[in-house]
Amino acid sequence: MTSTATDPHPSDEELTGGELKRRLARALRRQKIRALLLIAPLLLFILLGFIAPIGSMLFRSVENNIVTDIMPNTVAALQTWDVDSTELPPEPVFRAVVQDIQVAAEQRTAMQLARRMNFEVPGFTTLMRQTQRAVRRWDVETDGPFRDQLIEVSSDWGDLHTWRALKAYSSEYTSGYYLAAVDHTMVSGHIEPLPDDRSIHIMLFWRTAWMSALICFMTLLLGYPVAFLLANVKERYANLLLIMVLLPFWTSLLVRTSSWKVLLQEQGVINDFLVWLGLVADDNRLSMINNKFGVIVAMTHILLPFMVLPLYSVMKTVPPSYVRAAKSLGANDWTAFWRVYFPQSIPGIGAGAILVFIIAVGYYITPELVGGPSGMFISNRIAHQWYVSGNWGLVGAPGTILLVAVLVLYWVYDRVVGIDNVKLG
Amino acid sequence: MNDARAEGFVVFDRVQKSYDGEILVVKDLNLSMPKGEFLTMLGPSGSGKTTCLMMLAGFETATHGEILLDGRPINNIPPHKRGIGMVFQNYALFPHMTIAENLSFPLEVRGMGKSEREQKIKRALDMVQMGAFGNRRPAQLSGGQQQRVAPARAPVFEPELVLMDEPLGALDKQLREHMQFEITSLAHNLGITTVYVTHDQTEALTMSDRVAVFNDGRIQQLAPPEDLYERPENSFVAQFIGENNKLEGVVETINGNRCTVRLDDGTVIDAQPVNVTKAGERTRVSIRPERVESNPERLSPDAHLIEAEVQEFIYMGDTFRIRLKVAGQDDFIMKYRNAQDQGRMSPGQKIRIGWRAEDCRALDA
Repeated sequence: MTSTATDPHPSDEELTGGELKRRLARALRRQKIRALLLIAPLLLFILLGFIAPIGSMLFRSVENNIVTDIMPNTVAALQTWDVDSTELPPEPVFRAVVQDIQVAAEQRTAMQLARRMNFEVPGFTTLMRQTQRAVRRWDVETDGPFRDQLIEVSSDWGDLHTWRALKAYSSEYTSGYYLAAVDHTMVSGHIEPLPDDRSIHIMLFWRTAWMSALICFMTLLLGYPVAFLLANVKERYANLLLIMVLLPFWTSLLVRTSSWKVLLQEQGVINDFLVWLGLVADDNRLSMINNKFGVIVAMTHILLPFMVLPLYSVMKTVPPSYVRAAKSLGANDWTAFWRVYFPQSIPGIGAGAILVFIIAVGYYITPELVGGPSGMFISNRIAHQWYVSGNWGLVGAPGTILLVAVLVLYWVYDRVVGIDNVKLG
Repeated sequence: MNDARAEGFVVFDRVQKSYDGEILVVKDLNLSMPKGEFLTMLGPSGSGKTTCLMMLAGFETATHGEILLDGRPINNIPPHKRGIGMVFQNYALFPHMTIAENLSFPLEVRGMGKSEREQKIKRALDMVQMGAFGNRRPAQLSGGQQQRVAPARAPVFEPELVLMDEPLGALDKQLREHMQFEITSLAHNLGITTVYVTHDQTEALTMSDRVAVFNDGRIQQLAPPEDLYERPENSFVAQFIGENNKLEGVVETINGNRCTVRLDDGTVIDAQPVNVTKAGERTRVSIRPERVESNPERLSPDAHLIEAEVQEFIYMGDTFRIRLKVAGQDDFIMKYRNAQDQGRMSPGQKIRIGWRAEDCRALDA
């Protein structure tokens, strides 16, 4: 204590010397530990169930160790060969291939490599199968040179494309999956666009984006008046209305989507009704399902609550006195709404729009069920890569692009509207 | 009512209002106010005063009767065409606009040109000494600053009538008193007719030309502040405005503007008949604490004096409050100015008190 007898308070120096901070930290430590323990189960769950899969997805989108693992000698031998060379690689490379494939055949890993390379070069599986069968009988030490023998087994070994692709995808980490995700390839050793008949991803990304934006706009168009009504009727009516808004929420997604199928299909309720009315000819029924229209209708319906609820929660906080004040100041109903009420509901629009858009961009089940080929989203393609092709890299890369796109969107949104202005409830 | 209809600027003619079709929130309201008047509607919550204001502004419709503005019935005119400025309870400054934009709003919707608008906004802001804050948003102002802007916005489009719904409700005492002064001087300087709603009686008394005391959907008394305090016309007003002692009894004699009342315990007191007309009627007399006298020399020789016992002596700085037991009631208050020669009293002390007959009003029971 530097203080004198007449001054019972510690001096300022003592308090600013860091001692106070330390004391505060000590006092708060217990609280912090307790808080941490309380959230620990959820934190663990999120780590295992959310962060880890995302990390694994990010990793798989660049991971490419199959080629180096299975053909280490070939990869090493190819190092000195230039991809732009018009000559086939020299004899040692062919020798290394024989060596590697003999080992791979023995360990039964050759077909893994074949599958991996087949993602990039169709026909690689056949090549591998033929080669595997042939090299088993050869002796690396005595049976050389192998160049002509291999070309004899499969003419692909005499094709520069095979070697270029092998070299291009031989690094342990590759940007190949990302290139594929935006319809590009580097099978020739250089990055170039895929031919049109194999390009699908950019179109799907674009379709996913504009359809999500349209769905977002539709939910806003339909949801805004509902939310307004909810926020402005008497409490008991509002509760009833809210239940009606939430009712679809409590029904299974599958049931709702399937019911749209019943309504929209060619022999469905709406078409039957229109035919009965005579508005549509029986032999020329409207196709409203298995196309974009079906997806937009069904997803607008399904995502509506995600728009209505944030809007409602924001609108409820706008006191009626603002609109009254505007009217008393001489504004007619429309001006009072547009200049005073609407600007104050923008945080709700922002929250609803960002929520609906983000959910829509990653939507899978509805486009899968009612989309058909023309209503397919990028997520359906990702799922296809997973359970049909088993191409994990091409699951990870578009998934990561989608994730980054959403994060960028979020960032832009924060810059423009300010995430603090978003109210979800 | 016909005379009033002809001359009043704002007239309520037999107005009734019910929200649910069962209970009348406003029962038979008649009111006429001349141009330029500052009238306050005062009353406890639920007394119908805000409903009246909302009907005048056009946000509620009267279920019966007519409201006239400058001789025109306005029942069917929508709020934005009434030309009535309104100041709301929580300011209702638009949060997404700057102060200047807030003030500009009523002028814009009237299609006023930019230069004229700017001139008016500047004048209005200067009037409340907020000229430097035009570019701020309401959220960037303190509560007190918002409070100053709110009353400036309503008159900016020069309405002839401005309504204020408890505009000072959320302020602390000091700021409140300051704003009371600012609002009245604003209204008087601009010559605006003002209807002011409050439940704060001090506010009503200090600001208004006339005060309408509301209770139970009716105006109990409509009078200048002084009359209201000094000459309440019924028990409710006497009780609601200021501090008040009430004693109950029966009128014994009545003689012009003097009467005597025998209280329920037999004590006889002097009073002035207000709502009583003949002997034998039950009455509740009302007397202000500061008009109770404990020094008989200051009263007329024939005044009735009554026994009182001091229960409590409360020191309040500028005044002393003495709680007395009078006629069996122990909540009778006597108030004295803290003067040099004023003696203090102690509990248990027996004194004799009295008052001038005109200070003690015999009202309805």
